[in-house]
Amino acid sequence: MDAKRESEPTRMKNRTTVERKSERELVVTRTFNGPARIVFEAWTKPELFKRWWVPKSMGMSLRSCEMDVRVGGKYRLEFEPDGIAFFGTYLEVTPHSRLVWTNEEGEGGPVTSVTFEEKGGKTLLVLHELYPSKEALDAAGTGAADAMGETFAQLDELLVTLGASMQRS
Amino acid sequence: MVQFAQSRFDASFAALSDATRRGVLEQLGRSDASITDLAEKFHMTLTGMKKHVGVLERAGLVITEKVGRVRTCKLGLCRLEEEGAWIERYRQLWGERFDELDNVVEELKRKEKVDGRKKRK
Repeated sequence: MDAKRESEPTRMKNRTTVERKSERELVVTRTFNGPARIVFEAWTKPELFKRWWVPKSMGMSLRSCEMDVRVGGKYRLEFEPDGIAFFGTYLEVTPHSRLVWTNEEGEGGPVTSVTFEEKGGKTLLVLHELYPSKEALDAAGTGAADAMGETFAQLDELLVTLGASMQRS
Repeated sequence: MVQFAQSRFDASFAALSDATRRGVLEQLGRSDASITDLAEKFHMTLTGMKKHVGVLERAGLVITEKVGRVRTCKLGLCRLEEEGAWIERYRQLWGERFDELDNVVEELKRKEKVDGRKKRK
């Protein structure tokens, strides 16, 4: 299965690719214009990690981010405003080349592995998520789709409420 | 992803290549039906209809559910479209994260340059 979307780095932003490698696996790849030790650092130091993990479009931010990056160490991310938490355990920590952790916040969470491969001052990052079953991966996918639907449903509600209060005033 | 999608397409097209199966889909578009109903409607044996439904089921076009001794068939969702959409959203999420991470990497690179080859904490 090597058919996948283009991953050639462009002069501008490098391309992020996602591939469903099998029924239980998702693979994300991206090249960074820097050495592996720097990219690794940005994944393992909370103060750096916090700066990029939550995209602005999510409309959320991290309230706290604790990472005990060593084999058997725990991590915990808490979002605001709603306090949703993501947590798990590091299973493998190989400085500058590989990180593996569990996702324990729900049933059917994947094991995530990230490898950092340096070549000519650039780093190819491969993130691999292995789900316990096809159903778990499907559920994660539809869960994300449902969450999106939910967001729109909430927006609809809000608009109706606003509309109603504007008519009243 | 592309190959994964490809095999689904193949299954769907193969399923749709047969007039009876297209008829079954049309029928199920109007209402759910048991395999026995469908066999009668299309003047087929139960075994023959089971085969057709099996092909449609594997393509994800039909889902069946057995209640007691009756197997009911209904239209399946178009899973392919659904999956493509969420994978694209997932890609966007990672794309946004990594664009931010680019900034962090750039900053650390500049810092290293300034600090020369001094210790990093």
